[in-house]
Amino acid sequence: MIGDSSVFDTLVGGYWIPLVMKAAAVLVVFLVVPLAVGYMEHKVLAHMQARLGPMEAGAFHGWAQLVADGVKFIQKEDVVPAAADPGVFSLAPAVVLIPYIVTLVAIPFGPRLYALDLDVGVFFVLAMSSVGVIGILMAGWASANKFSLIGALRAAAQLIAYELPLVLVAAAVVMQAGSMSLLQITEAQSHYWNILYPWQLVGFVIFMMAAVAELTRPPFDMPIADSEIIFGAYTEYTGLKFAFFLLSEYGGIVVMSAVASVLYLGGYQPLPGLSIIPGFLWMFGKIFALSFVIIWLRATFPRLREDQLQRFAWVGLTPLALALILVTSVYKVGV
Amino acid sequence: MNAHEYAFVVVATIGSIAAVAVVTARNVVHAALYLVVTLAAVGITFLLLGAEFVGWVQILIYVGAIVILFLFGLMLTKAPIGRDALDYQNRAVGAVVSVVVALGLGSLILQAWPLASTPAAPSAPGGSDVLGRALFNTYVLPFEAVSFLLLAALIGAIVLARRDEGT
Repeated sequence: MIGDSSVFDTLVGGYWIPLVMKAAAVLVVFLVVPLAVGYMEHKVLAHMQARLGPMEAGAFHGWAQLVADGVKFIQKEDVVPAAADPGVFSLAPAVVLIPYIVTLVAIPFGPRLYALDLDVGVFFVLAMSSVGVIGILMAGWASANKFSLIGALRAAAQLIAYELPLVLVAAAVVMQAGSMSLLQITEAQSHYWNILYPWQLVGFVIFMMAAVAELTRPPFDMPIADSEIIFGAYTEYTGLKFAFFLLSEYGGIVVMSAVASVLYLGGYQPLPGLSIIPGFLWMFGKIFALSFVIIWLRATFPRLREDQLQRFAWVGLTPLALALILVTSVYKVGV
Repeated sequence: MNAHEYAFVVVATIGSIAAVAVVTARNVVHAALYLVVTLAAVGITFLLLGAEFVGWVQILIYVGAIVILFLFGLMLTKAPIGRDALDYQNRAVGAVVSVVVALGLGSLILQAWPLASTPAAPSAPGGSDVLGRALFNTYVLPFEAVSFLLLAALIGAIVLARRDEGT
């Protein structure tokens, strides 16, 4: 079932042409799918609050609203505060955005639809997704604004706390599949998706909670708590740089949903009897379903308090994730 | 020179320039950010040598966690993170220490891999499979000793940081 190489390598020969095609494909996915998720957030939140949301831009249910937003952001003045550190201030949005783009390289969207099958795919994805917070710290410090700094510190503390359960439950999946390659993990679920095992279901819930916390989305959005610290590390940003932060938030939702789909929901594997639908549609369907859940959480839960959040990670999730590894290893050795 | 060697030269140059900038930067936060570049360059060097797993671990642990802890600690404590330029006067001591460390490490590397010997091929298998087997078969005793040491250090840190509640 596994094609021995990516579709990009078999379509045309050579080294450089497939490479450029892969890079272009990754960039297109990164520019299109997060915008779709952003539009979905507008619409889903609106309907959950009994409103209509954007209806004008692009005529049909305001589908072009985010494109119009992007054009607006480009036109805005790019303000750098007088007391700011200009170099670090300008570099920060790129440091937040680029790791998420790079992460997409390793994610398989179909049996042969991937850019790179890394031997250590899970590790690569988790390593990259933790780099972005350096950009948030840079943004918060360089803004020369105490609210920005508090927001950045909260983001860093949150990432350190939730990175641990995230990596631990991913390790449990790796143990079960016997490989760290995202492609192999997907193939290992061709009969039973990981979520069907009771302990991996717990792992899935932990993974999603930790992912939402890493993305600083509600109910874990203390780093940008608007009623306390304005907009956290992004307070001083305007125009295109602010748009980059927004794009990286939606890009992060897409990447985390994609990783969760691969680890727990079988990636591009179809439901039994429905294998007529191609794999990449399954993968995108799962990504959008999980993105919907993440958006749904925002409409449902109030914001946690900072100390509640830390306690939840260290006392709740981390020991549970360790127990999960124990259960998985017993299953792996025993069965 | 092949593509690997060109890439190594580029990465090593960037990493070295950033390493010098770490110690010459007048601002603590700038120094920590240059450290990110240096550590990432080390990670990429591992990748170029074919040690995929070690390379990504380097990025996950050092760039993704250690430097964040550095920055976090700097910003949370009363460290001077403002715009003021800092300077540490003990340049002579620093120079002596760095020269001794460089000589020590250099002679160690030269002893292990003499210049006449053929360097290992850059595409030598260094995936998680090989590494795991080596770690849990050949080197299991040192591995366990290291984990025990780290556990002891962790517990020690917690004990030291904990406020005495009873007394």
